[in-house]
Amino acid sequence: MDRPRGRAFYLLACVFALYVLFLYGPTLTILALSFQGPSGGLTFPMNGVSTHWFAKLWEGVGVVDIWAALRRSLALGLVVMALTVTIAFYAGLAFRKGFRGAGLVFALAVSSLIVPSIVVSLGIGLEFRLLDDGVKALATATGWGFLQDHGTLMGLYSSALGAHLTWTLPFGLLIMFAVFNRFDPAYEEAARDLGATGAQTLRHVVVPILAPALVGVALFGFTLSFDELARTSQAIGGRNTLPLELQGLTTTVTTPEIYALGTTTTAFSALAIGTALGLTLWLQKRRARRALAGLRP
Amino acid sequence: MNDLALSRLAEAAASPAPSGRRRRRALAYLQAAPLAFVFLVFLVVPLVLTGIVSLWEYNEYAIVPALTLQNYADVFDGCLSADLCTTVRTYLSTLKFVALTLAITLPLGFAIAYFLAFHIRSNTVRMGLFLLCTIPFWTSNVIRMISWIPLLGRNGLVNDTLRGLGLIREPIEGLLYSDFAVVLAFVHLDTVFMIVPIFNSLARIDRRLIEAARDCGASGAQTLWNVVLPLAKPGIAIGAIFVVTLVMGDFVTVGVMGGQQIASVGKVIQVQMAYLQFPAAAANAMVLLAAVLLMILGLTRMIDLRRVL
Repeated sequence: MDRPRGRAFYLLACVFALYVLFLYGPTLTILALSFQGPSGGLTFPMNGVSTHWFAKLWEGVGVVDIWAALRRSLALGLVVMALTVTIAFYAGLAFRKGFRGAGLVFALAVSSLIVPSIVVSLGIGLEFRLLDDGVKALATATGWGFLQDHGTLMGLYSSALGAHLTWTLPFGLLIMFAVFNRFDPAYEEAARDLGATGAQTLRHVVVPILAPALVGVALFGFTLSFDELARTSQAIGGRNTLPLELQGLTTTVTTPEIYALGTTTTAFSALAIGTALGLTLWLQKRRARRALAGLRP
Repeated sequence: MNDLALSRLAEAAASPAPSGRRRRRALAYLQAAPLAFVFLVFLVVPLVLTGIVSLWEYNEYAIVPALTLQNYADVFDGCLSADLCTTVRTYLSTLKFVALTLAITLPLGFAIAYFLAFHIRSNTVRMGLFLLCTIPFWTSNVIRMISWIPLLGRNGLVNDTLRGLGLIREPIEGLLYSDFAVVLAFVHLDTVFMIVPIFNSLARIDRRLIEAARDCGASGAQTLWNVVLPLAKPGIAIGAIFVVTLVMGDFVTVGVMGGQQIASVGKVIQVQMAYLQFPAAAANAMVLLAAVLLMILGLTRMIDLRRVL
């Protein structure tokens, strides 16, 4: 099969290179412009190189508390990540065993991907508004004290969390399907033959073998949530996540501060992904080492 | 320790098989329950509620739970007259973006997926190239969109370069805040959704089929058209479904790259939500959902989706 490279190879390699250049153009532009000198503007040329705009960013952007938004996005991303891994993992186990209604649940997961985000967002927003109306009606009807100053149920860890899960879980589930397809049930049978209970098999056999894939799902969950905008837009209360604040800032901020902000958020994502990749490599190394140690008498 | 294992073995052997199977079944329901719960509460109920609210009346102050078809009548207001109504014009504009984005991302995504699947021989290099394609997605979409400004703006890098080369005298105005900019941003954001499913289809193709085609005397183009392309159809359809959903429901890209001047269905819904006209927004959302589902239905006719997934 390995024949010498033909003309097609070089042509396609050119297409690929141009695509990568196109992908990186904007990212590199903001990276460069975020180090714009103090007198520089939103466009080239660079008026000197400085970290002036990062310092300005540190002091805060206008009236918006961007650091609180960043903290909220990070916290929500971590919660979404943990839930995505857990729920998708157990669902993967259930689908492998098979259960009545599996086809329906799978269809739901696929629909969750293909229903436009704005529609999902609007639906969740409506749902929580109607819930609030219900609670208020209940409060006036019953006069119960603890219901009287009810604000809204909508919030970061209710409606926004749900909105994010409808986006991350289908991807998590599809990854789990791919992983379980390649998982050899002989390992579990061996564990069971040696007397391990179901929980022990899961804890000591299945999870360690699947660990790298689970890290992958976690990574996917976090990055999808951290950058999610469309599904959150109508399904969040008063306190916005970072992407929503950013969208607001695009029309108001006219200094390279916004590029400094872009560079900073990219650095956060890179840090998260770097940690996860490092963790996967470390897990694989440790497993290999243990396997070797197990071979020695 | 041996004794312990033996006693467990005895326990396991003692428990009759049928009840064990029933317990496994019950366990499966328990394990799938959280997933089903999330989709029920945050997908099914919201969509049903949207459908119900789209049939409710509303005034400036509140929504009124009384059945009416007025919201749908408002959506299609004036559509029966000779000149097109706002809704039809908005949909045509959005459909134009769908068509243009598909026309670019499909060949581009196919070429890149083909390159990665057939021309790259080492798995490590392939993983590396994939990673290379995903790194830009670590930057927020919104930030990546506004970073086109210094490139495409009136005094942006593209105009400056072209002027420097003496190719143009006056800067080109239509680069930013135009249809061109919107399509550019869509291609930038969505091509990867085309690459991954097509790559997945291509990677599954048995290489012996291609060798057989070559042995039978097929040219490269013939092999591509008669062997590779039909087998890549599922991936192409899935990628197209992603692009259709993303572009049809978009309101951020069109807003930012179109300079808030170009209409889109998603934007209409967002504005109505902002003005608390929930039933009107819900009616528009239902129409959008129907339109997207129709398009997807058309795409899935191309393939047997069950066999793929």
